[in-house]
Amino acid sequence: MSLDLPLTRNVRADRSPTDLKAYEANGGYRGMKAAIGKLSPADCLQIIKDSNLRGRGGAGFPTGMKWSFVPMDDASPGHKYLICNADEMEPGTFKDRLLLECDPHQLIEGMICAAYTIQADLAYIFIRAEYHKAAELLREAIAACYERGYLGNNILGSDYSLQMQVHSSAGRYICGEETALISSLEGKRANPRAKPPFPQVSGLWGRPTIVNNVETLCNIHHIIERGADWFQGLGLTEDAGTKLYGVSGRVKRPGCWELPIGTPIREIIERHAGGMEDGYRLRGFLPGGGSTDFLTPEHLDLAMDYGTIGKAGSRMGTGTMIILDDKTCPVGFVKNLMEFFARESCGFCTPCRDGLPWSAQVLDDIEGGRGRPEDMDTLARQVEFIGAIGNTHCALAPGAMEPLQSAMKYFREDFERHISGSACPFCDGGAH
Amino acid sequence: MLTGDCMSELIPVVSDGETALSAAEIALIDAEIAHVPYRSAVAIDALKIVQAQRGWVSDESLRAIARHLRMSAAELDGVATFYNLIFRRPVGEQVILLCNSISCWIKGCDTLQAQISERLGIGLGETTADNRYTLLPVTCLGACDKAPVLMVGEELHEDVSAQSLRELLAGSGDDR
Repeated sequence: MSLDLPLTRNVRADRSPTDLKAYEANGGYRGMKAAIGKLSPADCLQIIKDSNLRGRGGAGFPTGMKWSFVPMDDASPGHKYLICNADEMEPGTFKDRLLLECDPHQLIEGMICAAYTIQADLAYIFIRAEYHKAAELLREAIAACYERGYLGNNILGSDYSLQMQVHSSAGRYICGEETALISSLEGKRANPRAKPPFPQVSGLWGRPTIVNNVETLCNIHHIIERGADWFQGLGLTEDAGTKLYGVSGRVKRPGCWELPIGTPIREIIERHAGGMEDGYRLRGFLPGGGSTDFLTPEHLDLAMDYGTIGKAGSRMGTGTMIILDDKTCPVGFVKNLMEFFARESCGFCTPCRDGLPWSAQVLDDIEGGRGRPEDMDTLARQVEFIGAIGNTHCALAPGAMEPLQSAMKYFREDFERHISGSACPFCDGGAH
Repeated sequence: MLTGDCMSELIPVVSDGETALSAAEIALIDAEIAHVPYRSAVAIDALKIVQAQRGWVSDESLRAIARHLRMSAAELDGVATFYNLIFRRPVGEQVILLCNSISCWIKGCDTLQAQISERLGIGLGETTADNRYTLLPVTCLGACDKAPVLMVGEELHEDVSAQSLRELLAGSGDDR
C-alpha cells in the first residue's frame, strides 16, 4: 500500500507550482468547505485538539492547545489575527520552501481553516525577503482566492469574512521567533517580547494573535476534512501525522521527504538520502536544524518523533538533519554555527549579545590552533550560563548552546587534539 | 522638546543625489499605510519601497520617509539598521548573497567565497570598483540539499561549483 502523504500530494517532480484549477481538481478546498458554515469554530478546535497535531516550526507545541488560549466570542470583540511564519531561516532547514513554492493553495486553505477556528479577520503570511518566487506565487494564489470567493467578505456565503496578505520581510533570523516576528510586522526592530502576555491574548497591535509555522498550517484542512483519527493513524509512534524530513551534508542524495512521523532515523538517512557519500563516514548529526543537540550513529535506530528525540537528549526541531562526516572538523562545525547565532542575536539582552561572540571567539581560537586547556572550562561555563532558559530574553542563545554542549560531549577528543597540537587536525580551516 | 525633525538634524547627511520622495514612492507607501493602525507601522515596507527605486536608503531618503511616517529619523534609522537587507550604504547593481550557514559550510562555501573574492577583488561587505557587485553573507537560504548556494539579485543558484561560478560572473573581474 502506498503511503498517505497529504502535504506533498501536489508536489511535482519538477517542483512547478500547482495553480487553483489543478489544486481544486485534486480535491483542494474541500476542507475549507467542510468547515465554514458546516462546523462551528469550537468544533474545528476540538478536531485539531483531538488530532494531536504539534507545531512543525521547531518547538512542537500542541497546536490545538495554542489556539485554545485565544479569547472567543464576547470575550474578544474586535480584530484577531492569524500569522503564518514563513520566515524559514534555521540553519540546515529547507522544508517550508518546498510547500510554499510547490503548493501555495494548500497553505492558504490551511490558513483559512485556522483563521476560521480562532475567528481571525485578518491573516498575514510573514515570508523571508529572499523567497521572492514563493511570495509572488502566494500573492497570485491569494488574488485567485479573492476572485473565487474563498477570501474576502462572506466566504462561501457565510457570515465569516477573512482578508489575507503577504508581508515580505527584510532579513534577520530572529524574526522567526514569534514575538519578534510580531514586532517586525508592526514596523519595529525585531526584538522578542517578554511572555506573558502571550500573543494569543496580546499580539499584533495588542490584539489576540496566533503565529503558526507553514508546515503546521498546511495540515489543518486535511485534518478537518478527514478527521482526527485519520491524522493520528498516519504516525508510526505516539506522535500524529506526517512530517517533512530533510537531510543535508555529505550524503548521496540530500533532500526533503514527507514521511510518517516517527520514521526511524536510519531509514531517512540510509534509504531516502542514500547513505553517506563514498569515502565519508557518519560521525554525528543535528536532528532538526542548527539549534539542536548532536546525536551519533548509536541513535540511528531511534524513531524521529518529538518524544524519542527528546529522551535521547536532543530535539526533533524542524526535522531537517545536518550530517557531520568524518572529514569535517566538529570544532569548525560548531564554530560556524556559533558565528551564525552571534551575528543573528538581536542585541537586546547581554548574555546573548556579548556571550555568543565570546563563545565564537573561544571556538575560533581553538580551531585556529591558539586554544588553551582552560578554554574547555570557559566553554562549559558559557554553556551552563547562556544555555539555561531564563538567563536570556528568548530561546536564541540557549539554542545556540545546544550543538556546542553536545559536541563537547561526543567529540571532546577533537577539541583536545586542536589544543594539544596547536592546530586543526582536519587541516587549515575545517571543511574541504 | 525634541521633535522628529530636530532629531533628524543629528544624523549627518550621506546623499544619494536625490531629494524628496517621488510621487510613485509616496503612492506605494500610502497604499501600505491604508492597511495598518498607525503610520510608522509601515516603516520596513517604506524603506523597502524606496530601496527598490534607488538601490539603497540614503540619509536624505531616510529623513524624507521619517517625515512622511511622522516618526523621528533616529527611530527609523534604528529600524533600518536592524535589518540586514535594508542597505544604508550604496550597493552595486547586483547584490550577491552568499550563504555561509552550516550545510553550505560543509560543502565548501569558504572556498566559494575565496573564489568570488579573487575573481571580483572584493571581500564581504564590499562593492566592486565598477559598481556591478556587492558581496554579502546571508542566513541559511533554505536550499541545503543543493549546497553550496548563493543568490545574485533575486535569482537563487544551487550546487555552485568553481565552474558554474565562473559562468555566473562571466564578464566581470579578470574577463573584462
